[in-house]
Amino acid sequence: MHKTWIILGATSSMSRAMTRRLAKEGATLLLCGRDIVDLEATAADARARGASEAVALKFDARDTDTFAPIIETARAQAGEINCAVFVGSMPEQSAIDADPTLVAGVIQDSHTGPATFLSMLAPLMEERGMGTVVGVTSVAGDRGRIGNYVYGSAKAGFATYLSGLRNRLTRAGGHVVTVKPGFVDTAMTWGIEGMFLVASPDDVAKDILKAVEKKRNVIYTPFFWRYIMLIIRHIPEMVFKKMSI
Amino acid sequence: MTWNNISYSGWGRAQSATGPVARPERQAALIRQASETLAPAHGQRRSYGDVALRDGAHAYDMTRLDRVLALDSQTGIVHVEGGLLIGDLARACAPRGWLPPVMPGTGYATIGGCIANDVHGKNHHEVGTFGAHVTEITLIHARGEKTITPKSGATWRATIGGLGQTGIIARAKIQLIPCAGEVMQLRERRIANFNAFLSAFDESKAPYTVGWVDATARGDALGRGIFEESEVVSGVAERDDTSKSVPLNAPRWALSAPVVRAFNTAYFNRVPENGRSSVKPISKVLFPLDAILEWNKLYGKQGFHQFQCVVPAENADVLREMLDQIAASRLASPLAVLKKTGAAGTGYLSFPMAGYTLAVDFPNRQDASDLITDLIDRTRLADGRIYFAKDSLARADQLEGMYPDLEKWQTATSKVDPNGALSTDLVKRLKLREAADA
Repeated sequence: MHKTWIILGATSSMSRAMTRRLAKEGATLLLCGRDIVDLEATAADARARGASEAVALKFDARDTDTFAPIIETARAQAGEINCAVFVGSMPEQSAIDADPTLVAGVIQDSHTGPATFLSMLAPLMEERGMGTVVGVTSVAGDRGRIGNYVYGSAKAGFATYLSGLRNRLTRAGGHVVTVKPGFVDTAMTWGIEGMFLVASPDDVAKDILKAVEKKRNVIYTPFFWRYIMLIIRHIPEMVFKKMSI
Repeated sequence: MTWNNISYSGWGRAQSATGPVARPERQAALIRQASETLAPAHGQRRSYGDVALRDGAHAYDMTRLDRVLALDSQTGIVHVEGGLLIGDLARACAPRGWLPPVMPGTGYATIGGCIANDVHGKNHHEVGTFGAHVTEITLIHARGEKTITPKSGATWRATIGGLGQTGIIARAKIQLIPCAGEVMQLRERRIANFNAFLSAFDESKAPYTVGWVDATARGDALGRGIFEESEVVSGVAERDDTSKSVPLNAPRWALSAPVVRAFNTAYFNRVPENGRSSVKPISKVLFPLDAILEWNKLYGKQGFHQFQCVVPAENADVLREMLDQIAASRLASPLAVLKKTGAAGTGYLSFPMAGYTLAVDFPNRQDASDLITDLIDRTRLADGRIYFAKDSLARADQLEGMYPDLEKWQTATSKVDPNGALSTDLVKRLKLREAADA
């Protein structure tokens, strides 16, 4: 069965690592994002590493006009259509506190934009009766913290959306994997203090593809974040509200 | 965050640097940042000493700019980013019938590093150094990028093997060589002593040759070892992602003299008396040590040094004397390599010259440092030279005459980087950018 993967946010290092692994398996890759010049480079790399085909397509979470052409390109491919969502934005919380109008953009980039896209894609996946959606959220979505609660709330909203989408696509033979990465060694975390147990983008990509294969529903990557977040979620609110973690 | 203040070291781990490092993930980001802060670039830091280090100042980590930008299956010309691993390039192009023309002893070296150190491989006697196969390089300076070719004259020759001092190596085009398959036919046989080794190299017709030397053997067995000859043959390599890793720093006794002697004897005897032949994936033959990740930890947390020199063929006997001195010191590790080299590279600071090269690892201890210092002097007296990619101990005055084109290199580098923004710890230690006083 030929596999096509739509990668939303294909410029990030996590999505690049996943793109490489999918290329080795000979998939067709639709690499979507805003920086077409950079995406063309990743597409060439994917072709060199074994992808059946790899193309760069414009995707802007804040511009729904960019969505339909991607879905139409996918429709032209025979076989299984899959989609991995890596998009999101995380301005410093202090920047948001200074300019609260930034909230809307964060929600659009991390939640409503990709949710709109996936809702437009879902009928095609239902039609094919197969395929997987990988939604990358964050451990930050498990509990609102002073350091990044706008980003966290967007990811929490997206995670809830994914749970519902899973409920929907399962009936049609599809599947949804919710991925909650902990600290990953990306441009976003480079040089930020207080990082620990940092995973490489390739480790995360490996975990994601294993989860896709095994039809897991919600994964934490690396796995131990499940236990870290289990503890953090169970701290009583009256204690948590005074903490700064 | 753009700049991350971190400590890092070369493969030998005997030296380290601390400073702000940026790791751009897009070419545009690198250009933008370099226009504000020009600094030297490093890749996987598989060179041993301080050639890729810059203590107390900015540096660029190129490892996230590691893509194949174009691969032409008809002509075998590949366009890549500077941070691409040479082993990854080999994996990508071998199934299409092409191979990187030159591969160093590790597949983890980046293309930028291969150019900046003008690396050589086991086929040096046949195809020369890496730089001979590069057709275009895009360098980044404070004012943006500039693409150079072999026709660019002095800038080109100052860039090939030029230790990154002419600009950040952002992208390059390489002419690949056709290959029959993804596997190699390897023939191994025992060599009784040093002179027999030289004859073996001289008589061999194989495209890839290398000798492992038992640097603990003395007397009649001085310079004994295993001679490896290989060539690429047709066949498909199985995908094998498994590799072992050294989890912890090894204790000091792990590479003590009796352990090394015992290991070397066993390693020598593992090849049957009348030799043996096998077919293996290319990476297993060319990058044997890559099978053990982080093998540098075997030398413990104090790290290690590698001494590598090349001497002209007529002075090959000096290498035998060096081996005798090394064996007598009881300081050698199991890693000692002898190889016949072909013509010199095109770079002003290219390492190889027609002759023989010897490389030996030593633990980072004072007595070993003294021995290496001595070996460097012997190299100079034999009209040879040492390899900057391996060096961590030489002094500026010991280089006298080793690199006759040094002044031309200085002129070219000072033209493109007048303020020394691209200078590294090795460049400073060996005063490479400082024109000699008249």
